Amino acid sequence: MKKFSKTKVRHFLVGKSFNDGFIGKMSVYLLLIIIGFIYLFPLIKMFAYSIKDLEDLVNPTVQWIPTKLYFENYRISFVVLNYGYTLLFSLLVTLVPALLQTITTSLVGYALAKFKIRLKVVVFGVILLTYLLPVQVYMIPRYVLFDNFGILETAWAIILPAIFGQGLSSAIFILIFYQFFRMQPKALDESAEIDGANAFQTFMKIGVPLAIPAYLTAFLFSFVWYWNETYISSLFIGSDLYTLQLKLFNFTSQFNMTQGLSQQALNEAIRYSATILIILPVLVVYIIMQKWFVEGIDRTGLTGE
Amino acid sequence: MRKKPLKRKTRETIVAWTFMSIWAVGFLAFTMIPIFTSLYYSLSDVILSGEGIIVTFNGFDNYAQVFSSAEGFNFLRSVLDFGIEILFKVPIITVFAIIIAVLLNQKIKGRGFFRAIYFLPVIIASGPVINQLINQGAATIPIVEELGFIQMINDTFSEGLARPIANIFSELIVILWFSGVQILLFIAALQKIDKATYEAAMIDGAGVWESFWKITIPSLTNMVLVSVVFTIINLATFSENEAIQHIKNNMFALETGFGFSSAIAWLYFVVLAVILGVFFLLFRLFTKDRGRR
Repeated sequence: MKKFSKTKVRHFLVGKSFNDGFIGKMSVYLLLIIIGFIYLFPLIKMFAYSIKDLEDLVNPTVQWIPTKLYFENYRISFVVLNYGYTLLFSLLVTLVPALLQTITTSLVGYALAKFKIRLKVVVFGVILLTYLLPVQVYMIPRYVLFDNFGILETAWAIILPAIFGQGLSSAIFILIFYQFFRMQPKALDESAEIDGANAFQTFMKIGVPLAIPAYLTAFLFSFVWYWNETYISSLFIGSDLYTLQLKLFNFTSQFNMTQGLSQQALNEAIRYSATILIILPVLVVYIIMQKWFVEGIDRTGLTGE
Repeated sequence: MRKKPLKRKTRETIVAWTFMSIWAVGFLAFTMIPIFTSLYYSLSDVILSGEGIIVTFNGFDNYAQVFSSAEGFNFLRSVLDFGIEILFKVPIITVFAIIIAVLLNQKIKGRGFFRAIYFLPVIIASGPVINQLINQGAATIPIVEELGFIQMINDTFSEGLARPIANIFSELIVILWFSGVQILLFIAALQKIDKATYEAAMIDGAGVWESFWKITIPSLTNMVLVSVVFTIINLATFSENEAIQHIKNNMFALETGFGFSSAIAWLYFVVLAVILGVFFLLFRLFTKDRGRR
């Protein structure tokens, strides 16, 4: 037999503190859902519009759900972006620098975490400086340098700095690895040393295998940031080898070049479908690897661990 | 005489530098030397010719040109706009991130799912994508425009202020998109608060509201600093930022070139450093004041 006393009802509804009670919980959910909807509103609108045909576009009664599935916009965008080829090139200037930068920065992070070094403060100061100093300050001499090397307008202009750990946000990745390697127990390294392993063997056999999560996090962030980068790539890769992002940036002229003679006029549905094609690769990676991104921030040490 | 073995610290330093050698070479070649070269360019007349570039030292001519030419004024104008934008955007982003972090820190089901949703924009927000969303009018809540907010702002404020403020309203959602990382930072800070503190406060008769202002918010203070620095740098280097567009566009402009571009790049850096410095000072003053009370 149940008895409904006044306090029991109150505890059910309001709880002992704000977040236990029914009302508190519901309002948290409600807020998260409503704000989440507004937050993702641009994405939702983009998806809805990208499958609208002309009739639906001009019809004011059709807002969110198009009357039919219409993929012609995607076909046009596919052609305008030259999607297959451009995707391959974009992946080349995204995956390769991401991978190389991850390797180089992990070496630096390892060295800083494991060894007693003279002037360590100076090294950290320099790394912090490269984070705070905007790339605009030194990109012009870099441009001149790469021009002398003859690697402007080739993928090398993006890959070369990454090899040497001077790529996008390299400083952040050094800090991620520093934090991660510092947390590994020293006893493991010492036992390896006693067994006769040299520093590099210790790194390969103990350091790296234990730091796989850090590697994955650094690689994923590096990948996404390279994918979204346009400022440097538009300067260094230039107009001949467009990445997907740069094609989206110049979408109107690209459209006129490839579709100028056809009947189809450029409309927002086509633009939205192109935008979706651009974000699709990173979106797929994010959906699969979501946990690694979200938890990765905790590993940066930015959170003060 | 027997060779003395190296001291352990010396030995470790050598090994460490071997690990860092690739990075160190890169730092010298692609960052350090370019930084000084850029400083030199900013004090020079740089001409591109068939045989290469000709650099002639000309003192502060480029800097003088920034404050006396039309192109210079355009740049200064965009920097000023950026400053005003920061004044509005940084508080909006910080407050939003704290609210979401507090909500996500509650004991609710599907926390991972919601966290993933609020972090999503970080993954996709590139310059061209944001640009498309703003240009197609998907970056704002329809209500904002339907109610004539923008018109109201244009009527109320002077022209210089109205433009940045109107921009903020027409891009409201994508501004919030810049808070993905900050939300996670605040969640991390919230999880470090000892639960016992809340219990003790409850026993002393503090309600939810009081606990929030007296325990939660003060323990986020340090993270606010980290988050604001991150936000400012993130906004300052975002590729659609007009100020940095000027730096790139002037590189190949006829009447300006590499020298002028280098000069405005350095000026931009100085402005950023000043903004960060002022913020640090304010932050210091504010927290010191709190400590005394």
